[in-house]
Amino acid sequence: MVLRLGSSTLCLKQQRLRSLASLASSNARLISCRSVSALAVLELKDGKLVQSSLSAVSAAHKLGSSITGFIAGSNISEPSKEAAKIRGIQKIITIENDSYDKGLPENFAPLLVSNIRKGGYTHIFAGHTTFGKSLMPRVAALLDVAQISDITAIDNENTFVRPVYAGNAIATIESSDEIKVITTRATAFPPAEYEAEGSKVLIENGVDPNSNSPVKWVSENLAKLDRPSLATASKVVSGGRGLKSKEEFDRVILPLADAFGAAVGASRAAVDSGYADNSLQVGQTGQVVAPQLYFCVGISGAIQHLAGMKDSKVIAAVNKDADAPIFQVADVGLVGDLFDTVPELTEKLGK
Amino acid sequence: MTALRILVPVKRVIDYAVKPRVNPTQTAIITAGVKHSLNPFDEISVEEAVRLRERHTKSPSASNPKVEEIIAFTVGPPKSMDVLKTAMAMGADRSIFVEVPEGEQPESLGVAKLLAKIVDRENISLVLAGKQSIDSDAHCVGGMLGGFLGWGFAGQASKISFEESGACTVEKEVDGGTEVVKGSLPMVITADLRLNEPRYASLQNIMKAKKKRVDKLTPEELGVDLRRRLVTKKVVEPAARKGGGKVSDVDGMIQRLRELGAI
Repeated sequence: MVLRLGSSTLCLKQQRLRSLASLASSNARLISCRSVSALAVLELKDGKLVQSSLSAVSAAHKLGSSITGFIAGSNISEPSKEAAKIRGIQKIITIENDSYDKGLPENFAPLLVSNIRKGGYTHIFAGHTTFGKSLMPRVAALLDVAQISDITAIDNENTFVRPVYAGNAIATIESSDEIKVITTRATAFPPAEYEAEGSKVLIENGVDPNSNSPVKWVSENLAKLDRPSLATASKVVSGGRGLKSKEEFDRVILPLADAFGAAVGASRAAVDSGYADNSLQVGQTGQVVAPQLYFCVGISGAIQHLAGMKDSKVIAAVNKDADAPIFQVADVGLVGDLFDTVPELTEKLGK
Repeated sequence: MTALRILVPVKRVIDYAVKPRVNPTQTAIITAGVKHSLNPFDEISVEEAVRLRERHTKSPSASNPKVEEIIAFTVGPPKSMDVLKTAMAMGADRSIFVEVPEGEQPESLGVAKLLAKIVDRENISLVLAGKQSIDSDAHCVGGMLGGFLGWGFAGQASKISFEESGACTVEKEVDGGTEVVKGSLPMVITADLRLNEPRYASLQNIMKAKKKRVDKLTPEELGVDLRRRLVTKKVVEPAARKGGGKVSDVDGMIQRLRELGAI
């Protein structure tokens, strides 16, 4: 009984929020809460935690359970200390081994599975990034469980909400698996905050099966950006086919983005035509963003594109076609030639 | 090196240009009477398999290995036969079809298990799948299959090359750019949008595809339990945005953005 009381306090806040109707159902929840134990896989980029991992921690936090962070790679003492300050994390498992630096699923998945089995975790969270998308299905297969991909909300420890059909429908999914392997949509959960003191957090060495990977990392070519990063920017200026060429894209879009202090995005049409780098693509097949302001220039608003940006707070659009579908979702629209209006807007914003 | 035996898993999905509608009971998407087609990412993987064969035909070498056979696979309701015909019209040699009752599309875990069995039966050395299907958007089958087989996995491929015998170099789309990995065969690779531009099947090839072999198998024959672990409790339309607030000039735009607190 003492044990039950101790661990159930974690669930109490969650319960109050949900304002459960009957005592019976709240008791049921108390008991089920006791067994929840979450592991958040923390992704590193250049020795720093990526933003989407902080969102994954927030998602784990919604279960009202204890959260263990998981970090593997070389030179991980700094990121481990950083992770120890994340609100909600009680323990961090670290594996110091440079084999894991590139996040190859072939050796990272067995590593993760060994530590999941040892720690008895019930919920495994990672961001729905390239890393998470590559790693987590392999983890799920090794555990023989289904994966719950790209979730945007959590109903309870078994029930999750995720967009399907390019965001044209929102499905509520119940999992019957013992272990839930989950990837989280970064824009759906605000990043977990840091606390000043992280000293109470236990940092522990994990088990390292040190599996071989039949796949080796060769090289990478990442776009160098001196503007805010697309995934995390509070404002995004995005250009489409209406820009007509790479030169015009750079001439019209970049100064407007700078005037707003915004990141630059692009539609698939603009990327396919070579106007912008494919890392800038917003849409179902590119990045999903949800900034405060999403400013569309010369974008018609195909469902492929809308899937990547329709959760933005404010959508604004400039397009010469008054019937373009983008105007059906835009909070503010301007019908006109972007080559006249955008430079004017850039100039007036600069003042 | 030995010749490649390629498996291309394909899926019949609601056509990408159709806006899906939720049924009145909010339990699923309406699929009856809606145009379906081959999942766009699977089209790309079929195309890549066919191009690999053509590369060898034009100039055989270690970097253009021989493609012995291309087998298309699908699991789905009876109408899924359509997408196998499309894959064979594009150049797949034959097909394997696991038929399930209408409305019982298995989830990624079950599909990956079926594929692992097919890989064994058909002595496959390369699986080329699409990175995700545009209906469930789960992005799981390729990665899970790699796990079940213990093979190397390269997801979101934008370029596939064979520089030397038995090794495959894959350029992948990653957050912020591209990454290159090199793996030894056998391997599972999933196709991203930029891998290639799929061909249209010619009328002649569509006619030829009708004569190609389709083997039907059941999940029981393959020893796979397709019972779902994930149950959809509810499907709703996303909250609609109400647009239409147009302004007449740039000053109006700036003023409105200020009112909305966006700047």
